[in-house]
Amino acid sequence: MSFWERIYLPAILKGMFTTLKHFFRKANTVSYPKEQREFAPVYRGWHVLKRDEEGRENCTACGLCAVACPAEAITMEAAEREKGEENLYREEKYAAVYEINMLRCIFCGLCEEACPKDAIYLTDRIVPSDYVRQNFIFGKDMLVEGTTPDTRIDVTVRQKHLTEHK
Amino acid sequence: MTALLLFSFGFILEKAVLITVLFAVTLGVAAYATYGERKIAAFFQDRLGPSNAGPWGLLQPVADGIKMFTKEDFIPNKSERWVYILAPGAFIFVALMLSAVIPWGTTLTLGGLNWSLQVADVNIGILYVIGLASLGVYGIMLGGWASNNKFSLYGAIRASAQMISYELAMGLSLIAVVMLSGSLSLKTIVDQQAGMWNVVYQPLGFFLFFVCSLAECNRAPFDMAECETELIGGYHTEYSSMKLGMFLFAEYINMFISCTIIASLYFGGYHFPGLDPGWLGGLMGPIILLGKSFFFIFVFMWIRWTLPRFRYDQLMRLGWISLIPLAVVNMMLTGAGILFFGK
Repeated sequence: MSFWERIYLPAILKGMFTTLKHFFRKANTVSYPKEQREFAPVYRGWHVLKRDEEGRENCTACGLCAVACPAEAITMEAAEREKGEENLYREEKYAAVYEINMLRCIFCGLCEEACPKDAIYLTDRIVPSDYVRQNFIFGKDMLVEGTTPDTRIDVTVRQKHLTEHK
Repeated sequence: MTALLLFSFGFILEKAVLITVLFAVTLGVAAYATYGERKIAAFFQDRLGPSNAGPWGLLQPVADGIKMFTKEDFIPNKSERWVYILAPGAFIFVALMLSAVIPWGTTLTLGGLNWSLQVADVNIGILYVIGLASLGVYGIMLGGWASNNKFSLYGAIRASAQMISYELAMGLSLIAVVMLSGSLSLKTIVDQQAGMWNVVYQPLGFFLFFVCSLAECNRAPFDMAECETELIGGYHTEYSSMKLGMFLFAEYINMFISCTIIASLYFGGYHFPGLDPGWLGGLMGPIILLGKSFFFIFVFMWIRWTLPRFRYDQLMRLGWISLIPLAVVNMMLTGAGILFFGK
């Protein structure tokens, strides 16, 4: 090694200059939750159990999503529709209890592919955090969408992207 | 008794106020040096650093202080109890004492009174600095030994060996400064740089003193003592809560004071070409000195986040085989320069 290489000083100064260039560059940090990164159009997030145009729940508790789920995260209990409940549920069988354990779910979307009734979809919402493990078992209150127009959840972006790029 | 009569009440009051203000400023600067370190490290690494606690993360040192105070404060069973408790105190005591001889400015005129801005204008200023740098080893050594932990002891011994080795080269480069100014008093050295800064006459000496300051502060590529913290232990393994906080804080105080001394000895202290330290009633002097000190703190941090650390044998070889001969050569060159140019 030459004299200048052996005293390491020129190399040190070159390295320090490189570091200084990085000092003045813009940081790559995204200050979540103030800023959010853009997701891909096919992003799979929090599930939703959809209703039809008249506000009746689509899900008939057939169990195909539970069978398809590779993580065994979905459980349900079926019930028979009573006389006065025609406006609540589409068919005679409905899911009285429908639970997804969000900590087991791997957000693969196989339940959405398996559903024959267009009931379960994955949206682009992010599952909110919690401190207690039990609170991650989402029941119908966290999964079924509302009846009024502003509480409905729009799943068309992902579905359109999937059908266009098949 | 007669000695007490030499100090009038006004003198004691003036010094007491100056010491209190200096103490507060030093602690404040050291606390925000921790914030600055994290922010500067982040910017060097293309990220943001603390930005949550208060605007731009400015309350982060407060949050860190609260965290340190509220942790469990334990004393290991088989440790040397009193030495264990007092070691961080010894470290921070020596770090703060160094600030007593630094000339912060000319004189401050407030309310018609003239306040001198140096707590102790002893005429052996530089000797005091070197002496205290040697005493600084005690805090680390006692902390590591009193923990009754083999790895703490090992880390402490390495840290103290490193600090002792680099004190020699530091002292030798300081001798060259003394040769230039003819006095050991820091105020005289600073005042003689009103025309031309010492770094112009002593570039090699400045480089040596800077490298030795990095080693004395256990910083940057010489942080053998700290790195053992990441790996095994180090002198502050067995410490928790505010005792650990004192060790970490004292390191930043040490860094701030070392940077201020570098600025005073080589970069003209409170003199700046074109700016008069007497402006703003004398406040311009401390502002200039603090500006230079902050610049050197930035350079310390810049070096830390660029270079990998030395291996222990490389470190000792550098101190004894490379820096001490260079310091002696520096002394000879300075002597020859004074002889030929009669400065």
